[in-house]
Amino acid sequence: MTGMIEYLNSIWATVPADYQYLVIVTSQILAVAMTVILTVAFTTYFERKVIGYMQGRLGPNRVGPFGLGQPFADVLKLLIKEVIVPAKSNRFLFIIAPLLAITPALAAWAVIPLSDNFVIADIDAGLLYVLALTSVGVYGVIIAGWATNSKYALLGAMRSGAQIVAYEIAMGFALVGVLMAAGSLNLGDITRAQAGGFSHWFLFPLLPLFLVFFVSGVAETNRAPFDVTEGESEIVAGFHVEYSGVAFAIFFLAEYANIILISTLTSIFFFGGWASFFEGWTFLGEGHFLRQPSFFWLAAKISFFVFVFFWLRATFPRYRYDQIMRLGWKVFIPITIAWIAVEGVMSWLHWGPWSGSAG
Amino acid sequence: MLQNYLPVLIFLAVAAGIGVLLMAMGFLIGSGKKYDEKLSPYECGFEPFEDSRTKFDVRYYLVAILFIIFDLEIAFLFPWAVSLDAVGGFGLIAMGIFLAVLVVGFIYEWKKGALEWD
Repeated sequence: MTGMIEYLNSIWATVPADYQYLVIVTSQILAVAMTVILTVAFTTYFERKVIGYMQGRLGPNRVGPFGLGQPFADVLKLLIKEVIVPAKSNRFLFIIAPLLAITPALAAWAVIPLSDNFVIADIDAGLLYVLALTSVGVYGVIIAGWATNSKYALLGAMRSGAQIVAYEIAMGFALVGVLMAAGSLNLGDITRAQAGGFSHWFLFPLLPLFLVFFVSGVAETNRAPFDVTEGESEIVAGFHVEYSGVAFAIFFLAEYANIILISTLTSIFFFGGWASFFEGWTFLGEGHFLRQPSFFWLAAKISFFVFVFFWLRATFPRYRYDQIMRLGWKVFIPITIAWIAVEGVMSWLHWGPWSGSAG
Repeated sequence: MLQNYLPVLIFLAVAAGIGVLLMAMGFLIGSGKKYDEKLSPYECGFEPFEDSRTKFDVRYYLVAILFIIFDLEIAFLFPWAVSLDAVGGFGLIAMGIFLAVLVVGFIYEWKKGALEWD
């Protein structure tokens, strides 16, 4: 066995350094992408279980122990279903639309710092990159609705597109507040700016922005209670009404990957990312594992916010479309603009916790 | 510096690759017979009356226009927010004027009813 490893090591040593780098980076990327896809699979199971229990049902419990095989059964079912391309649709756009939805949903993970020392691309424009990619996602929706050439799909895509862009503004403004407090666009630096324990998280000084950001995130992913784009009783399934089999599965995958992404971003911007809740709590003893920053803290925070997504879905009735637009344009945007003005002045005067990058 | 951006490019390629692979698998594995009724657009059981790419509400267009203005504003705000300490009071006043102009425009839109949806 050791001989085998030595042999492989000797081969590896002969590979030029540039290629070694490429191989390492690509395998890291594949590991992260596969983790995201597996997480999506179990998130669908999690959603059905959570909503099941909240409605006094058991949820999926037939496939495997506790129904844990359900996501894989679903994937297999969707894979062997026929992919239908409607006769009147625009074939090329119809097929390209799911790809436009899934690519940004996965590629945004390139800049997410999963722990103190692991991030695939440690770039200084990380936040800008994430924001740009989440904006590309709307093209998948609009193109899918247009290419299908069905009234329901077109209406769903229009609603969805208008809703996503409306809430993206509120989201962007909320992020400006985070940037002022952190003084960096690098997601790792934003997390480090919140080091020092629970009370240093941006949650407290930026509480309104946290609420605006998370609610906008729910609206942006078209989840309940903002899911008029696929209001079953009005426009069947919205923009993906004609998609079947794997093409539908890809939209589904992108939607859930976006839910997890929004939960991750909320954890990083307002809840200290990988930082420990117990950081600086002396009664746990020096070097106690609960005080260490680690990936597991980030995972716990992500899981909590994913749970909140499903909790909201089980709790609230669906908003009306004019109410959604009113909330986005007339409530969230004024709140965030006012908050930016206040925070800008206070940050300049070095008042309160908003001392900016000098702090 | 730019080398940090290479993994981003590779990740984009991998993500697109996963999508293409899934679609290809769907077309290869998925089975079924195609016929006219199955390929017609979904319309609650009857033949579609007309092409579905007809007129739609102008307010969607308005929202798109407003989005461009505000998104550009955010694009201006991002570098300002990061370098707030470096630009100091001058930067703050300059951004205050810029924001004030946009807020005036926003109030005008509001009063004109561009944000009404009922």
